[in-house]
Amino acid sequence: MDSAAAALLGMGLAAAGFAGAGVGIGYIFGKMIEAVARQPEAEARVGKYMWIGFALVEAIALYGLVIAFIIMGLRK
Amino acid sequence: MEESPLHPFELHNYIPLSVGGIDISINKAVIIMWVVVALVAFLMLKAGSARQLVPGKLQSLGEMLVDFVRGIILDTMGKDGMRFFPLIATLFLFILFCNLIGLIPGSYTVTSQIVVTAVFACVVYGLSLVMGFLLHGAKFLGILVPPGTPGWLLPLMIPIELISQLARPISLAVRLFANMTAGHVILGVLFGLAISGGLLIGWLPFAFTIAMNGLEVGIAFIQAYIFTVLTCVYLGDAFHLHGHDDHAH
Repeated sequence: MDSAAAALLGMGLAAAGFAGAGVGIGYIFGKMIEAVARQPEAEARVGKYMWIGFALVEAIALYGLVIAFIIMGLRK
Repeated sequence: MEESPLHPFELHNYIPLSVGGIDISINKAVIIMWVVVALVAFLMLKAGSARQLVPGKLQSLGEMLVDFVRGIILDTMGKDGMRFFPLIATLFLFILFCNLIGLIPGSYTVTSQIVVTAVFACVVYGLSLVMGFLLHGAKFLGILVPPGTPGWLLPLMIPIELISQLARPISLAVRLFANMTAGHVILGVLFGLAISGGLLIGWLPFAFTIAMNGLEVGIAFIQAYIFTVLTCVYLGDAFHLHGHDDHAH
């Protein structure tokens, strides 16, 4: 295989890591809604941890993006 | 011609300067950092100057920001942590305003340079190490052993904890850098689609950029908040060393 094609494939595969973050973010917000539906008065406290968790999960997806950029830098 | 999506993040020196072989050239990021420092200092000094019992708009904003940082410190480190208030409030305000000022078109996001975020992370993590060893001496190495670990697990636990400790500054730096970079790359790609799509279909990605800008403002706040919370957690870990578990988490 051409090395340029392999680099493009690798970048695409790195982006596939977003699937995991999608599952994670869906899980976080779903559980948050569940928790607030059960105990509406806990919304402020649960919400704080939800945003922390959201940012942590999102950051993991972005590590994939960083890897894609590294491959892009190596390509030349 | 193929253009790199990282092209807008490239820096060009306005005034090349070099002292003793160290490059201290003035570029756009440096100027924006000065602007941020001036803005934060002006805002907070102005908010704190003419204090009144019933606060005006600016004083309310200043009080909200200070109270927000105070809440984070009290939640994660407890009352002892208030001695770090100046450092943590400075970090929070600087990162927040760097993130927000980058959203203005034509400006520059300083936190999208990994060298900036890496310096923040190394300072925070180095401070936690220095403080831990000063306060607890050699006992601080106990941070590598979670409380209640049976003795036969030690050869396994110590390398794992060591790696998790070393990953802290890296993840702290890469998280902020990657979030800021990715947000602006996504905006750039959407604007590119809007221009190449023409009037017929180009309004669709253009409308989406408006929503993305809203999300980016949120991300700017959340990332500044996460950085501050994790700073407090790391400093608190070194400060309390397994004690006061009611403050952590």
